[in-house]
Order: sequence, then C-alpha cells, then structure tokens
Amino acid sequence: MSNTVLYTVISLSGLGAIAAVILYFVAQKFKVTEDPRIDEVEDVLPHANCGGCGYPGCRQFAEACVKADSLEGLFCPVGGNEVMARVAEILGLEAVEEEPRVAVIRCQGSFENRPRTSHYEGATTCAVEHALYTGDTDCPWGCLGLGDCVEACNFEALYMDEKTGLPVVIDENCTACGACVEACPRDIIELRKRNKKDRKIFVSCINEDRGGVARKYCSVACIGCSKCFQVCPFDAITMGNNLAFIDSDACRLCRKCVPVCPTHSILEINFPAPRVKKELVTTAGADSSGKTAGTKDTATGKKSSSGDSTETQNKND
Amino acid sequence: MQKYQLKTFPKGGVHPAENKLSAGSPIKILPLPERVVIPVVQHLGAPAEPVVQKGDTVVAGQLLAQSKGFVSANIHASVSGKVFRIEERFDASGYKRLAFVIDRHDDTWDPAIDRSDTLHEHITASREEIIRKIQEAGIVGMGGATFPTHIKLNVPKGKKADILIINGVECEPFLTADHRLMLEKSKELMVGIRILMKALGVDRAVIGIEQNKPDAIDLLSSLAEKSSGITVQALKVKYPQGGEKQLIKAITGREVPSGALPVDVGAVVHNVGTTLAAYEAVQKNKPLVERIVTVTGKSLQEPSNFLVRIGTPVAEVIEAAGGLPEDTGKVVLGGPMMGKAVSKLDIPVTKGTSGILILPDSEAHRKPVQPCIRCAKCVSVCPMGLEPYLLMSLGQHQLWDKARRERALDCIECGSCSFICPADRPLLDYIRLDKMRIGALIRKEKKAVS
Amino acid sequence: MNKLLTVSLSPHVHGKDSTSRLMTGVVIALLPAWAVSVYYFGWAALYLPVLSVVFCMFFEFVIQKYMLKRASSLKDGSAIVTGLLLAFTLPSSLPVWILAIGALVAIGVGKMSFGGLGTNPFNPALVGRVFLFISFPVQLTSWPVPKGFHTSLTDAVTGATPLGLLKEGMRSGEQVSTLLKNVPDHMQMFLGYMGGSMGEVAAAALLLGFLYLLWKKIITWHIPVTILTTVFLFSGLLWLINPANNADPVFHLLTGGVMLGSIFMATDYVTSPMTPKGMIIYATGIGLLTVIIRRWGAYPEGVQFAILIMNAFVPLINMYVKPKRFGEVKKNG
Repeated sequence: MSNTVLYTVISLSGLGAIAAVILYFVAQKFKVTEDPRIDEVEDVLPHANCGGCGYPGCRQFAEACVKADSLEGLFCPVGGNEVMARVAEILGLEAVEEEPRVAVIRCQGSFENRPRTSHYEGATTCAVEHALYTGDTDCPWGCLGLGDCVEACNFEALYMDEKTGLPVVIDENCTACGACVEACPRDIIELRKRNKKDRKIFVSCINEDRGGVARKYCSVACIGCSKCFQVCPFDAITMGNNLAFIDSDACRLCRKCVPVCPTHSILEINFPAPRVKKELVTTAGADSSGKTAGTKDTATGKKSSSGDSTETQNKND
Repeated sequence: MQKYQLKTFPKGGVHPAENKLSAGSPIKILPLPERVVIPVVQHLGAPAEPVVQKGDTVVAGQLLAQSKGFVSANIHASVSGKVFRIEERFDASGYKRLAFVIDRHDDTWDPAIDRSDTLHEHITASREEIIRKIQEAGIVGMGGATFPTHIKLNVPKGKKADILIINGVECEPFLTADHRLMLEKSKELMVGIRILMKALGVDRAVIGIEQNKPDAIDLLSSLAEKSSGITVQALKVKYPQGGEKQLIKAITGREVPSGALPVDVGAVVHNVGTTLAAYEAVQKNKPLVERIVTVTGKSLQEPSNFLVRIGTPVAEVIEAAGGLPEDTGKVVLGGPMMGKAVSKLDIPVTKGTSGILILPDSEAHRKPVQPCIRCAKCVSVCPMGLEPYLLMSLGQHQLWDKARRERALDCIECGSCSFICPADRPLLDYIRLDKMRIGALIRKEKKAVS
Repeated sequence: MNKLLTVSLSPHVHGKDSTSRLMTGVVIALLPAWAVSVYYFGWAALYLPVLSVVFCMFFEFVIQKYMLKRASSLKDGSAIVTGLLLAFTLPSSLPVWILAIGALVAIGVGKMSFGGLGTNPFNPALVGRVFLFISFPVQLTSWPVPKGFHTSLTDAVTGATPLGLLKEGMRSGEQVSTLLKNVPDHMQMFLGYMGGSMGEVAAAALLLGFLYLLWKKIITWHIPVTILTTVFLFSGLLWLINPANNADPVFHLLTGGVMLGSIFMATDYVTSPMTPKGMIIYATGIGLLTVIIRRWGAYPEGVQFAILIMNAFVPLINMYVKPKRFGEVKKNG
C-alpha cells in the first residue's frame, strides 16, 4: 500500500519537474521583449476596447502611443484629456488637448413629423433598409429608426424612443467614441463640441433636397432658407446643399438662430427656457424647471405644445 | 413529360408554386401614357448623361441620354412630346434618381426606325456593326440584371466564346413575359439569335426552356430545325434554373469559377427579351423603348402581358389589368423570388421590369422570425454551395472578413434559403448586408493599394 | 386602398415549411412505434409519454416565463418531441416522479440552460435520459417483459434486454451462441417482442416512421442509413473474426436503441451537422462508438453515449466540413 503511494508521488513529481523544465526553456526561447511602458499606458486607459481611438483595442492604442514620437493624432475619446495627460506623463510627451465631444442626432423625423408612406419588413438593421429604399418614409436622408447606432454603442449612451422612433443620446454616458457615427448608414449622427452643462444648438436635419421637396415628407426638415445664417452674429452657420450647418466650434450658443427657423429644425438643448417665450406658452415655465433640473425622465416624458416639443424629444439630460 | 431529355443544375434549388396565371394571355399593347418618367439609370453601371434640355421636343426613339463610362447604356425617348422636366424622381431603386419627365403629344417616331411587322431575316450587318447598333440602341439584359448587352458581346481578348445560351427559362413564379414572347415573336427571336451568334462568332446556340412551357419548346424546336447550330434544350422545372451560372451548368456541364465571368468557360448567356431587342435594333434600327411586362397577382382581375413603353407609370399598367385590388399588400417589380418590392406606384416601368406582381395583404408579410433550428435546409437548397445560416450569423455579428472567407460574394441572391427556412429567418437580408460590407472592405483595400 | 404597401427584400414568397410543421412530422413518425409499445407494455406505455410531454411543456413554459422572462416558444412543438423521445428511451415501469426529474433535466439543463431551441449542443432528451440512467440505475434497467394490455403495473415481470443478457452472460464467461438462445429470435425482435425502453423495441415501426420522415423531407437519409450501415459492418466484422464472442450484426441492429437513436435522436436538427458530408462523418462516429461501447464498454447499450459524444463534435465538423462550393473545382468540359 505504502509502495503504491510512494510510486504515485514519485512519478507525479517527476512529471511535474519535467514539465517545469520544458516550460522554462520554451518560455526562454519564445520570450517577447516588450516595452514595459505599454503595460503602464494600457493600465491608465479605460479598457473599454471601443475602437473610438481608431485602433482595435486599448492595447493596440497603447502600443501606438509608446511607438509614437508625439501624441498628435492619438486621442482616447473615452478617457478624454485627463487620461491622455496621464499617458503623456508616462511617456514624457506633450498631451494634445482636445475638446470633449458628444454625439447628437441630426434628425427629428418622428412619427408625428414625418408621415409613414410604406411599411418595412425584414432584417431589423438600418444598413439593410437603407440599401433597399428610402425607408418607411419618403425622406432619403432621415433616420430609419432600426437602431444600428444603439446596437453599436458600448456605453449605453443611446436608446430608441418608442414614441418618436428616433434614437436619443444620453449625454453623460456618451464618450464620443464614434461607433454610432460609423454605424449609421445615413451619417445622421455627428460628434459635436460638448459645451458647458451639455448645452447644444444644432440643425437637426441633414436633408439636402430643395425646401419644397423636403417639406413634403417631413414637417421639420431644414429647407435651406438661410434665415439662421443671416441672424448669426458669429458666422458659425454655413449654408450648402439646401442645408444650414452650425459649426460647433464657432457657435457661442447665443440662440439667436433658434426662433427664426421656420421649420423648428434648429434644436437648443439643456438651456433654460428663453424669457421671451415664457409669455407665449404657459407650459414653458414648467418646461424650464425640467430643463434646468435636467433629469432624463422629465425631459422625455413631457410634451409641450409649442415648438419646444421637438427639442424635448431629443433632449434627455 | 418524358418527351424531352431534361437537364438541370445538380445542386440545390427549390420548387416554389408556379402560379403562371397569365401564361395564356396574349401580349396586348398598353395604351400610351400621357406622361412618362425615364430615369437616366436603368442599367447596371454609370448613369447616362442627358443630351436634351428641359423644354425640348423629342420624338419616340430619340436619344435622351448618352452612355457615359465603360459600363453604361444609352437612354431613348419612348414617346414623342415635350421634356417637361429633368429632375429627381422615385424609381424602382427605392430612391430618387435623375429622370426625364416627358409630356406626350402624339406617337411620332424617328423616321429611321422601321416599325412594321415585316420580318427581316437576312443579316447584312457585320460583327462590329451589330455590336455598335446594339450599343446605340441602349440594350441591357432584360431578365432583370440589366447589364449592358454590348459589353457581353465584346468578348475580351484572349478569351473565346464557343456557345451562346438563350435564356428562356423564366424560372420565377408568376412571370410569363418571356413565355409569351417566345410564342408570339418566335421568328424574330430566331433571327435575333443568329445576330447574337454572329456578333460573338460562335456557331452553336442553345435555347434553354423549362418543361412547364411545352408549347414554347415545341414551337422553337420546329423553327430551330431550320437554322443550323440552334437547338432547344428542355430543362427541369427548378428554381433558380434561369440563374446564369446554373443555366450554363445545366446546359454545358461547365462550372463558372468563383469570381469569374461566364465567358471564361466559353459561354455567353442572353435572355430572350434581350435577343428580341437585339433583332429590332440591328434589323429595324429600333432602340430599346418598350418591353413586355407581365402584370399578375392572384387577386388581380385580369393577369396579362403588356407591351409597355419604358417610363410608363406602374399604376397605369396595373389599371389596364383591372386596377389595383382592394386587398393589395405588396407590389413587386419582377418575380416573387428576386423582384423588388416598391413603396409607391407612380414609379416608371424601366428596361429591367419584367413583371409587376401584386400580392394580397395576406401574403405580403413575413412571419415572425424564430430561432434557427439548424435544420440545414438552407445549406441543401443553396445552388452555390454556401451556408446561408452561417453567413447570416456572421452578418449579425459583423464578422465581414469571415463571411468573405465563407464566400458570401458568391451568393447570387436567388432567395432559395429564405424561401425554405422553416424558422422564417431573413437569411438573404443578412447575406446582402455581408456582401455590401465586404464590397466596402474590398474598395477600401483597393484604395490602400493604389 | 388606404393601407401602406409593405416593402421588404426578396424573396416575397415563402415555402410551406415551418418549425412547428417539422416537429409535427416527427411526432407523426413516432406514432407507429408508440402504438407497438402500447401493444406490448400496456397502459403505462400510453400515459407515460403523455405525461412526459406534459412535464416537458410545463417546465419549458415555467422556465421561459419566470426565469428567462421571455416569450414562450411552446408553439414550435420542440418540447413535445423532446418529451416523447425522452419517454421512448425509458422503461414503461418507471415511476412518474423519476420521469418528471428526467423532463426537468432534459428541458432545464439540456435545452434552456444553453438558450433554448437551436442553441443546445446536446440532444435534450438524451441528456435527460443519461442523467436518469446514472442517477437511478435500478429503475432505469428494470425492463418489463412485453405482454400487452393485460399487464398491469403491479404484476409486471421484469427481465433484461437482449443486450443486457448478452453483457451479463459474457461477463460470467458464457458463449455468445448459448446466450443468444435465451433471447427472442430476429423476427420477434424486428416486431418488438423483447424487453426494452418504450419506444425502442419495434424496429419495424421505427422504420415506418423513418420512411414517413423521408417522404415528408423532414430528414435526409444520411444519418440513419450511415449509422445502421456502420453498426452492421463493424459488428459484422467482429462477428466474422470471432463468432464465439460476438453477436451477429443483425442482432446489433435490432436490439437496444440503435433504430430509435439513429432515426430520431441522431437526426435531431440542432445537434447534427449541417452538410451531408458532415452528417456521414458524424453518423459513422456514432455507429463505431455504439459497437465499441456495446462490445468493450461497461454498459450493455452505447447508442445514447455515442450520440452525445458525437454531438460534442458537431461544431467542429461544421467548421471544417464545408459543402462543395459552386465553381470551386474548375471543370471545363
């Protein structure tokens, strides 16, 4: 009996020893010398592996950072300037500051604003519907509402609003990684400068059709009338292809363009209600409190009767 | 049934209900529309460039847009009248594209065009002339693929075609346009075949017809006996018998390699509609301005076959067949297996519109998608030997590279997999997505190389 | 017409096949075997499968509704098939509570824990059966002797299956030829007159079901025919080498669960390969393993283990065995 135990112990220990020796030599032979700073850099990165930096994952981004002579063009949108500063510190390089950005949805073609003209059936992905036809509305530019962007988002920063059929960005979750921008077959989503208190003003339409045509299939389409362009004191608005575009870097959030838009296609989000409007709309007061409090539920849950209704749909913070 | 020796392609295929409701209905000429919409893209390839202006008066058969680039085709006026507008209009693509809107005055034709019914059997044109005339007439593959015909006739240097295959299979359920054409224009068709043979320099042509059209097989066989080199091959009824690669395999036993063209195995396939158009272009100077369209559907009053001018609104063609039924749920341009569903009816009939199929609401919807039970039916019916279930799942997980290795690009989009799937999964939808994304990848790679 | 037109990608027509139709077909194909079973084993063979189906459907419903919180998939009929097959692999003298445990394991562990229909790597009915086989060996190996309707549960005489007899006998060193004298002859076995699980005894009835499945194009011939051929050839080879220690190949085909397993279990869509070539590889494996376990293994019957083992290889087979792609081989004729 004791012999059996002895033999077992000896043979197993022997096996273990042999395996250890083999492993040692293999490890020596295939040793990869890596810059230890890669690990250090990777450690400070957010480990989201979202690909927002342009690299497949955080590891590859760290490798690129270590290899690079300057951090120009290397930016982790998820970690932002803070993380990049730490990366720079590790590598002894200068961090390149970038404005924090946030995704916005440039379409207001809700069920209410944009009548359905057909009924799509099939794979529930915008990419397929986009390839097939204009979608269940006649607007060839607007949101298809099947949520490829929501699917692409790694940070739970997007959801589909069932009432409007449009995606909504949850500002505090959005890291501006750009996955949704990439996923949208119609390039509706734009990454814009993240202003104080997440305030933003933008033209929520990318329809390049002539005004009359655009209005036919969407009541809140930008018709390219140039009114906002004329009123903007900072030259932040450019006109082109029957469409106005507000440059988020030049915009000073003065909100002059918002009321002049005849189709309410310019959105102002996370602002207190304008004083002038208070007299016009009785519910605006209640709205403003909701806006300043800035909770998601109050914002999406209410529906005001004025032009504000469109902005409440897209705002959530 | 055992009268003919039947051939077919060996792998895969399905048997959808044939529903050839309009097979017995002779071709009628559709009353001319008051306004036509003629898109500048009715073919596979680059848009043609307009050569007339808004406000110009045009006659039927006059060139409206000149082909631009290598793969492109001319566009002609199908009626005489005034160009009302040149603007973006919805067409079968599901999007708006540039189109000529012409208000018809009367039915004046370009005097160079011979519109009589006389049969011109003698082919005087040389090979080059034939190809030039076909190119000028703007002829494209009329089976639905709309690939410019003259390109297929110009056999690339170093390759040689030895057989011309005329596609009279019409394996799509419901459609009967080609069937009627073979019956009513058989003599013209035979001349057309000889024209195409001359253009290709081949001495053998085979007309492939499915055995569910015995009258066409008999008629064309009796005519073929009189011309040397032309034979008729009866084929088993199996979808997609009319697919180019399947048809070549069935008739010649040759397999077109992945990524190659039919001419690489010495075969060139043309649809019967294309062949007739070639006859008219070469012998009668007539550009492609009208085509035979099947209007069909179970609830439609009179399923029929019409000779329709290009640009006629779909709604008018449906009207002529008894009007849109109350219970319509879906309108498809083309056949039910590969046709395109449309969202509106004011879009025009174009060169590739072989049929207008009206499905009642009860048949218009897809059933809810269920989980894949891995029954392997999609694998067994795929005529290209692919694994649709796998390609769909790769598509859903966005693994385009892997889908490419699994040869997603070989898919001919025949729809057999989605047709057979017991769990009603949108297999082909996702395979198309695969193909689109792989196409984008390839373009990206090419860019990186250059 | 004021309704909106529906737009979708082609194809716009769909074949008649549906999951529930296929499952119904399988159930119909199982009916002859069930009938024979009722004839030989009496009422228990009638109500145990019904109870098994009820248990399976109940567990599937409960798990989907209260644990996974998603829509019920009872309508697809897969739980019915699982329930029937589970019961068919069990002896008719089985206590109902053991059956219930089997159903719970089959549905809960075999199917739902992997995500439900379509994602389970192992045949759920077999998972349940093997669990019971290992947990309750006594109850699972007491086989009522076939008698018919006059058998009531109380006076049922239990005996061994032909395979069990063979195994026991060979352990005690007896000759196969003498052992085989104690088992029913081939014709009796073909018609199901032998001890065994409820659904496995009647080869004739199971073959009838196979023909129905083929006729309805629910399964292809590849898996059953390959398994049966492999079992026949391999056991035949052993028999030729040494007839004293091996049973004849026909005996191997007709006894145990080979018929039921090859026609109804191994062909389970979810857990079998996708290509004909893959199916043949998989089925050959099952055939070989079955004979190996029967001949050299500890258990008299090996089909259940053979199928489960080969189930594990299915993903691998699917990855490496591809259908012949069109245009892959240049054939310029």
